[in-house]
Amino acid sequence: MTKPLLRIFGLCKSFGGIVATDHVELDILPGMIHAIIGPNGAGKTTLIAQVSGALKPDAGQIEFNGHDITSLSAPRRAQLGLSRSFQVTSVFLPMTVLENVMLAVQGTDGHSYRFWRPVQKDPKMLDKGMTYLQQVGLADRAWHLAAEISHGEQRQLEIAMALAMNPRLLLLDEPMAGMGLEESARMIRFLAKLREQTTILLIEHDMDAVFTLADTLSVLVHGSVIATDTVKNIRANPEVQRAYLGEEHA
Amino acid sequence: MMAWLPSSISGRCYCILLALLAVAPWIFQWADQPFLLDLLSRGLILAIAATSLNLIMGFGGMVSLGHAAFIGIGAYCVGIPAYYDLYNGWVHLGLTVVVSAAFALLTGAVSLRTKGVYFIMITLAFSQMIYFTFVSLEEYGGDDGLVIYFRSEFPDFLTMQGPVALYYWIFATLLLTLFLVHRLVHSHFGRVIVGAKHNEQRMQSLGFDTYRYRLTCYVISGVICGLAGMLLGNFTGFISPEMMSWIRSGELIFMVVMGGSGFLFGPLVGTGAFVFLEQYLPEFMKFLNSSWLEYWHLPFGLLLVLLVLYGKGGIHGMLSKLDSKTQQSGQ
Amino acid sequence: MDWGLLLTQLMNGLQLGLLLFLLASGLTLIFGIMDFINLSHGSFYMIGAYFCGSIVARGGSFLVAVLIALAGMFVVGAVIERVIARRLYHADHLDHVLATFGLILIFDALVHIVWGPSGMAIPLPAILDGQVTLGSLVLPTYRLVIIFGGLLVAAILGVLVTRSRLGMMIRAGASNRTMVEALGVNIHKLFLIVFAIGATMSGFSGMLIAPITEASIGMGNDIIIIAFVVVIVGGIGSVKGAFYASILIGLIDTLGRSYLDDLLKIFMSLDHAETAAPALSAMLVYILMAVVLAFRPQGLFPPAGVRA
Repeated sequence: MTKPLLRIFGLCKSFGGIVATDHVELDILPGMIHAIIGPNGAGKTTLIAQVSGALKPDAGQIEFNGHDITSLSAPRRAQLGLSRSFQVTSVFLPMTVLENVMLAVQGTDGHSYRFWRPVQKDPKMLDKGMTYLQQVGLADRAWHLAAEISHGEQRQLEIAMALAMNPRLLLLDEPMAGMGLEESARMIRFLAKLREQTTILLIEHDMDAVFTLADTLSVLVHGSVIATDTVKNIRANPEVQRAYLGEEHA
Repeated sequence: MMAWLPSSISGRCYCILLALLAVAPWIFQWADQPFLLDLLSRGLILAIAATSLNLIMGFGGMVSLGHAAFIGIGAYCVGIPAYYDLYNGWVHLGLTVVVSAAFALLTGAVSLRTKGVYFIMITLAFSQMIYFTFVSLEEYGGDDGLVIYFRSEFPDFLTMQGPVALYYWIFATLLLTLFLVHRLVHSHFGRVIVGAKHNEQRMQSLGFDTYRYRLTCYVISGVICGLAGMLLGNFTGFISPEMMSWIRSGELIFMVVMGGSGFLFGPLVGTGAFVFLEQYLPEFMKFLNSSWLEYWHLPFGLLLVLLVLYGKGGIHGMLSKLDSKTQQSGQ
Repeated sequence: MDWGLLLTQLMNGLQLGLLLFLLASGLTLIFGIMDFINLSHGSFYMIGAYFCGSIVARGGSFLVAVLIALAGMFVVGAVIERVIARRLYHADHLDHVLATFGLILIFDALVHIVWGPSGMAIPLPAILDGQVTLGSLVLPTYRLVIIFGGLLVAAILGVLVTRSRLGMMIRAGASNRTMVEALGVNIHKLFLIVFAIGATMSGFSGMLIAPITEASIGMGNDIIIIAFVVVIVGGIGSVKGAFYASILIGLIDTLGRSYLDDLLKIFMSLDHAETAAPALSAMLVYILMAVVLAFRPQGLFPPAGVRA
């Protein structure tokens, strides 16, 4: 049996009196697309935020690649290969598309205490940036400002930035949020190809996308994982149907 | 892209401006207006300070309401050695760099742990702290300040004696500062600083320890502002804690915003506007009514409020509206 | 040790603390609820003093003058909120700093125009001008009046904030602004009232101090910085925090100035102690703030639910 890339033990987080994460246990195997589904407010984004280091858990432990990373800062985790895309598009709007990606390359490419040479004149940086843009199909938009491209393209840029960090684990928080049908279909095809490159922890509302992409599914309800299994078994699980799928598939 | 090969209207304006500044002493000599050279010297010193503030505030999003502290530090790094008859400019320069950097490192390390409102208030409080410290140092004149009888001496290098020589010291420092800031904001380092202004959490998730980068930037800015203080001490020949009161810091913010926060030449233009207003607004008030001379803060204050309510982007903002649409401002 | 002197200094510290509280409580609410930095809050302190002084100068009794001036301050605060502050709540903090910096200049110039450049002394009525003997201790009556007045306002504000409906909205606003808006509270009215009350209290503080120091242009520009320190140390949006932090900082500042040189003489030579003490005592308050920020960035008593 392969060793899990990410392991979560007894993770808890509450805000005031509201429990957002309730003793979550989770193993993510390498090379998999592991999707987390659950109704709105189930605590999916909170979970991602704790894995990426943006939020500190109240209790529990997170292991990445065999190391305890619970106390590491978000930048340290990113450097170790944990890369996150955001639910709300958070590309840098006043910068060009290429600058955005180059910034991501910079983030995991050693330090950035280089004060003199313009990034724009560094052929190595430009090449790397363009490679990732080509991968997501944004190369022709490289010199546009991020503010000028469409919402769907901004989501693609978000993915390109996550990829540019050369991640071992990609945390994707609703990559298809707000996309049109055609754009979504393109993104699904793209993510399916990515499987060969990296492990993905996917949060997504679009059930078609989840069922097409995911190898494993975890269902999160009221902050706790009620089931983790293959897509087929989850669809058949009566508890899951009652708690979640019931609304749509009844 | 480059400031000296401008294709935009605003870019050309700035080029002409720099060229005019380079020959200003001759023009004023020819027109027999030595006072104007004084005014310009002071303006350019403030422009260096404002440019350093622009680095952290305009590019980095760190709104400091205590930046004048560094002007004071630089000035006292000339004044205190001079008080002991030590006029060696290299000593003054070294002291300025070391003390400014140390103060920036210490206060920045605490202030940068916070954000937004807290950061504004803490930088303000630290500058008040050093202000009151100098007020209570009786040995160095306390409230009354110190007189510097001779300018910094740079033997076997360049002299600072005489208004024209000093002007070129100031002008050269300004050019260096502008060039440095221009290179800095486009470098790897600068991209991190600019990125952190727009979305710090995102930068952290990209693997940047934003705190350290910001602290480094804060120290660089503090040292540049310290150098402006060193020049100001030499220029005025008289220094007092008043140079670092928070009112001076507020004025620096005004200069940056008036000219255009986050644009290389914004502070230079904004400082020009400030010095002009400070000099001629009182005379204008006097022209309206001979007893109104002292009331010039009233229209100045109104201007500030109006600038905030209606003047987004400052003077640079207005200039870049003239530019063609393809030219992206600030690049 | 001179116990009488110590007690006097403690009273001085308490007095400074309460004056600070009157400034800082309004400041912290405006900060916490509207997310608005008002540098010109100290101008209300000055205007209050001048209002009160002009009424006394026209033959009004001190008490009547204070009451009329308080009403005047409420109006001034309401007008400033309505005309300027309200338009800035959604702007960024840099805009707040600039615009309210402009307001300071405007207020200082206006006072200069109306009342002239020299300060205005406010004579106290004979009944307040005397001294009170408590055992072996002789205290100026007016000092006790300030302390009593400050505590009274603190108590009223405390009851208002913890017991009344307005107070409930204020507390809710300080810990979660969007929630108050979602609850359908008339947010414009709430902001107006909070701002005007803040201005009134700041003005009251100025009225109390003016008979001792006299009213002068820019009198609020230094104390407002200490009030900001109080707000940060106490926790933004917390009236309770502002109260404790005010007293703490009032005491530290006063006692530091009078006893630090004695304390330093234990460690260093007389000469050094006498040079270092004034500088160090001027820094004490700010050092306190730095320490608080390093260990509790959200302040000592943040409002419920606020995390820094």
